[in-house]
Amino acid sequence: MADKVVDARGSHCPGPMMELIRAIKAAAVGQTIALWTTEAGSKKDIPLWCQKAGQEFVGVVQMDGYEEIAVKKVK
Amino acid sequence: MAKELLIIGAGSGGLILSNTVARALSREIRRGEVTVTLLGDRDEYLYQPGLLYVPFDLMRPAELIRKVKELLVPCVTFMHDRATRIDPESRQVQTRSGRTLTYDYLVIATGSELDLEETPGLKEGAHWFYDLPGAIRLREALSRFQGGRVVVALGLPHKCPVAPLEFVFMLDEWARERGIREQMEIIYAFPLNRAHNIQTCADWAQSEFDKRGIQLETFFNLDSVDPVRKEVNSYEGTTLAYDLLVAVPAHKGDAVHADSGLAVQGNWVPTHRHTLKVGTYENIFAIGDATNMPTSKAGSVAHFESEVLAGNLINLLTGGGAPHQYDGKTFCFIEAGMHKATYLSFTYDQPPVPGPPSEAIHWFKQAYNRIHWMNLKGIV
Repeated sequence: MADKVVDARGSHCPGPMMELIRAIKAAAVGQTIALWTTEAGSKKDIPLWCQKAGQEFVGVVQMDGYEEIAVKKVK
Repeated sequence: MAKELLIIGAGSGGLILSNTVARALSREIRRGEVTVTLLGDRDEYLYQPGLLYVPFDLMRPAELIRKVKELLVPCVTFMHDRATRIDPESRQVQTRSGRTLTYDYLVIATGSELDLEETPGLKEGAHWFYDLPGAIRLREALSRFQGGRVVVALGLPHKCPVAPLEFVFMLDEWARERGIREQMEIIYAFPLNRAHNIQTCADWAQSEFDKRGIQLETFFNLDSVDPVRKEVNSYEGTTLAYDLLVAVPAHKGDAVHADSGLAVQGNWVPTHRHTLKVGTYENIFAIGDATNMPTSKAGSVAHFESEVLAGNLINLLTGGGAPHQYDGKTFCFIEAGMHKATYLSFTYDQPPVPGPPSEAIHWFKQAYNRIHWMNLKGIV
């Protein structure tokens, strides 16, 4: 269960990634952010970003017409 | 009662739109059937694409500035004042000087501005060329620069998305021509895992980086600058030492959007990508950098949107419909160094494919820099 949902559906690159990063920065350590996105590149780019930033990529769930990408802030 | 068109913002979009509508409806304006009012908080227009050349002393600041009034056709009423609140229900706009302006149709063309406050230490430790004082200060810094590490670090979104690439290509050749490139390192630090948000442009930029020995640092989201230690830090935990830091901070929309309850994330105005209508309002439109549309924040976008919207507003102000739709058309020249350039041309459906840089396109861009003023007047 995410602590916060960032609804970036309809937003194009780099919108979803930038909105996710903004939300992660504002979150407390231990919180999980769910990004709702329709942008195809997000599910490829966000795991790579998590690796670089040292945050935990939780996973991708295919929803009805969009994807939910969850990231946990671990530091 | 005259039909009233009010345009907020005297940048490229606001000027082209005002002039195009007023020129087409000059008879109706003379007869008192239509008014076209442009509200701008600056009485001077700055040709922002020219700022790229100022650090290299290739354009003088005076070449980039004209009085707004000199750029308007006579039947546009210009008000030098700032919009402080938009009230869509009463169809009114309040201004800083206390005026209340009414409208039948409103266009928000308020542009975007650098957010210099978001990154601690940036104002003290970085240079930038996205405003005139910054470009002049960078020109002074470059005139003293003898070598060392230059870091160009970007935030997103920012206007003129290819200008930072142009800057590093020009910097590379500027340094080679001065004989100091061997004593220099150039690092391009970008928030995504490539050099540009458009993949085809990123691929082209990467091939130029490889040829020129420019290093790319990916996933670098500006977090803070330490002006004493001369280090720039990313949120991802990367620290880059620098001798000269050139930053392009993320931009934000005008405060009037949020103050009027019209803003979404970043203070942008929610705008339909084809009709240019704002939210659910039938009589409010937005163009240029102010929108949240999936377009580049570039002068050409404001220009092409203005042409589409002008066609619709001319119809609406004279009792017709609004059939014209914006298709995402964008055109950007890209200086690929000091002597060659290429360009990107694209729409929502067709991604750009940069061609090989040529001298001819460089001179075309130089010519455009000089005829831009005619463009604003709706002549070109």
